[in-house]
Amino acid sequence: MKNEGFLRIGVDVGGTNTDAVLMEGTALLSQAKSETSADVTAGIFDALQGVLGSIPRGRQVRAVMLGTTHFVNALIERKHLAPTAVFRICLPATRLLPPLVDWPRELRQAIGGHGVMIDGGHEVDGREINTLDCAQIRRHINEIREKGVRAVALCGVFSPVDPSHERQVAALFAKEAPEIAVSLSHEIGRMGLLERENAATLNASLIEVAHRTISGIRSALSTLGIDAPLYFSQNDGTLMDAEFASRYPVLTMASGPTNSMRGAAFLSGVQDGIVVDVGGTSTDVGALVSGFPREASVVVEIAGVRTNFRMPDVVSVALGGGSIVRSDPLRIGPDSVAFRLKSEAIVFGGPTITATDLAVAAGRVRIGSHEPTLIPDLLAREGIDQFNTAVEDVIDQLKLNAGSTPVILVGGGSVLVNDNLQGASEVLRPPHAEVANAIGAAIAQVGGQMEKVYDLGRMTRQEALADAQGEAEQKAISAGALPSTVEVVELEEIPLTYLPSSAIRVRVKAVGDLV
Amino acid sequence: MWTLMEEHLESIGIGAGILGTGGGGNPYVGQLRARQAIRENGAVEVLSPAEVPTDARVICIGAIGAPTVGVEKIRDYQSYYALRALENFLGTTATALITNEIGGSSSVEVVIPASIARLPIVDADGMGRAFPEIQMKTFFTYGIPCTPMALADEKGNTAIISQAVNARWVERLARSLTVQMGSVACYAVAPMSAHQVCETAVPHTLSLARDLGQAVQRARNLHENITEAILGVCGGKVLFQGKISDVERRTTEGFSRGKVSIGGTGEYQGHQMTIEFQNENLIASVDERVVCVVPDLICLTDDRGEPMTTERLRYGFRVTVFGFPSPELWTTAEGLAVVGPKAFGYNLDYTPLEL
Repeated sequence: MKNEGFLRIGVDVGGTNTDAVLMEGTALLSQAKSETSADVTAGIFDALQGVLGSIPRGRQVRAVMLGTTHFVNALIERKHLAPTAVFRICLPATRLLPPLVDWPRELRQAIGGHGVMIDGGHEVDGREINTLDCAQIRRHINEIREKGVRAVALCGVFSPVDPSHERQVAALFAKEAPEIAVSLSHEIGRMGLLERENAATLNASLIEVAHRTISGIRSALSTLGIDAPLYFSQNDGTLMDAEFASRYPVLTMASGPTNSMRGAAFLSGVQDGIVVDVGGTSTDVGALVSGFPREASVVVEIAGVRTNFRMPDVVSVALGGGSIVRSDPLRIGPDSVAFRLKSEAIVFGGPTITATDLAVAAGRVRIGSHEPTLIPDLLAREGIDQFNTAVEDVIDQLKLNAGSTPVILVGGGSVLVNDNLQGASEVLRPPHAEVANAIGAAIAQVGGQMEKVYDLGRMTRQEALADAQGEAEQKAISAGALPSTVEVVELEEIPLTYLPSSAIRVRVKAVGDLV
Repeated sequence: MWTLMEEHLESIGIGAGILGTGGGGNPYVGQLRARQAIRENGAVEVLSPAEVPTDARVICIGAIGAPTVGVEKIRDYQSYYALRALENFLGTTATALITNEIGGSSSVEVVIPASIARLPIVDADGMGRAFPEIQMKTFFTYGIPCTPMALADEKGNTAIISQAVNARWVERLARSLTVQMGSVACYAVAPMSAHQVCETAVPHTLSLARDLGQAVQRARNLHENITEAILGVCGGKVLFQGKISDVERRTTEGFSRGKVSIGGTGEYQGHQMTIEFQNENLIASVDERVVCVVPDLICLTDDRGEPMTTERLRYGFRVTVFGFPSPELWTTAEGLAVVGPKAFGYNLDYTPLEL
């Protein structure tokens, strides 16, 4: 196997638990679990401590890979967000819809609601819509500074085609207001002005909390004597280094489901199939294509804001081990006892019948301190049937074709799922599935991405695609990928219509294993 | 008469997205712009064609440009500038406005100048769907002059095409101007009397889009069958269901052309559909046998009834393909000469969709 001997730690910070795994090559050496702490760091510290003892004598951990969706919580709870301004570089275009136009009012207020439009931006063919007006920009910088703004998102019209205006305004910020953290939209999002601008703005508002959290994690690592580079998992399953992550925290947003699915693929050896992750409050179902999660087709809303990230296509249903069971008529969920399972559920001596109690009553699992004697067999059987029917429905929605497909079960609540699911060619319960997310982080790869416009008057489409793929592969190798493992995982081709000759914009992502 | 309010825009967006047959751009941006205009200037009255006063002067409003550009350099007040430019040229003012097409983002473009100028909109359009070119309007096909046309960009540039040999020339000139304007622009054209609107417009399409969108929303909320809900409003039939297996695109003469292949699922398992598109979906075939051709409507949705525009098509998406009968104004010899399969370069005769 590739990467033999590469010793690293994967960490997954979930809503309830933080898991750590120590891996060498493809072998799992050790795993540990701790409770997720409010500051994230303490939970990571505990989990890391749990695996350090298993490091072979005389060996060094060479990388720590961390998967967390912690930063999203700051947006959802609207806490610790930096006062943020948006500078759209656009005038006189796009005035009708100003920045922050379709944001939930509370979130807009939480970041201060400063939207500014300035002269500049580009046309699709690279001409300037308008030249930058430095005096105007300085005036706006001074204004937002007086209002106490500490982070700014810069979004130029057609910056994915020509990012120079975003860069020039960023340079002015560096000179005039170096204390203000700057996020550039072309580094985060794709074509689609509002969605990219929103993504950059969310990112800017998170920079402070990201910076704080990441320095906390770094000092935890150094306290533990771990001297290894720190990486973060991105939405697409590849890694970014901690320095990049502290500038682009928004790119970690959907790393949880991605890591879970990548981990499930790794543990089961299945490259194409359906992953069912049964948690405490919800079940996430996603499709694996060639070992990677299939991407969603829809726009992604984060905390009620439209963005255009590429996210895994995951369908969530409000069903999990903590789902509350009601009889007459029998209904499981959608509400859950969530993290209070160990005080609320019957098997733990609590008053509430949960899906976990059904699993115990049906003899599928033995946990807790109390026998669920009050739950009739019939209720347990019918309840579990209902649970499985709901899971089968979701599997059917996500299947890659009408035939049967392998189904991989992960997550603590997966005891509730039957071995003979409709539409499943086989149901797999890989060992160590409880740490699939942490393993997903540990096996994540590094990527290289490139975006370029090709004039098809001068070359064929095939030549253009080949050139783009070659460049992306080279970038992945420069980022530290082992050349023999590099492959193209994403290829997007957008025709630029209404140009004198036909042109396409190509975006390619290549990934490979860390050397 | 009804009043088009903010809450109608989402329904119209869904309905017009489906009727857009893959074209017409991103409905979200169009909706948001119309909403902003209504919030700033107030709601807009909608008159059925029969309610338009006999002495009315109705002007057609449309958007021109590449959808991929329109989501990035989002339009602002261009259509209002174009309306004023045409009025100045004509020396008169409009008393009502009409949309050029009901497909996609463009269908609510008309709301912006209507709301600013406080003019009613006629519940009708010049296509009954979306088409890629300016001459492809029922108005011009049935004798309304295609000039003068006013074209405007967001920078304050306007242009008048005062005279053209035919509507194809208007299209050609407007397209060149649009490229210079940065590939998105808006236009005002075709001043019409009430009588002319009744004779040459596809009637009641704005309420059709609204009703279609509301039916989809209702089915989603009540967890009812969305496909049935769509067919219940539009008639027509399901042509195919499946998963996209390939999308091939090329850009020629300024249009995004291509072909999408769909592998069948469920009762269509083992069959393959291909759809040829030129911004809009034009010809649908199952296992190489043609099943629906332009001007009949070929519409793709995902399983939530969300319309799929041609630029959103990507490998792996699950889609339902609908076929709806064309408005009657297009299935005459005059209509087919403008928007039949031959007008798009296919050596194929129009055969009406088998229902």
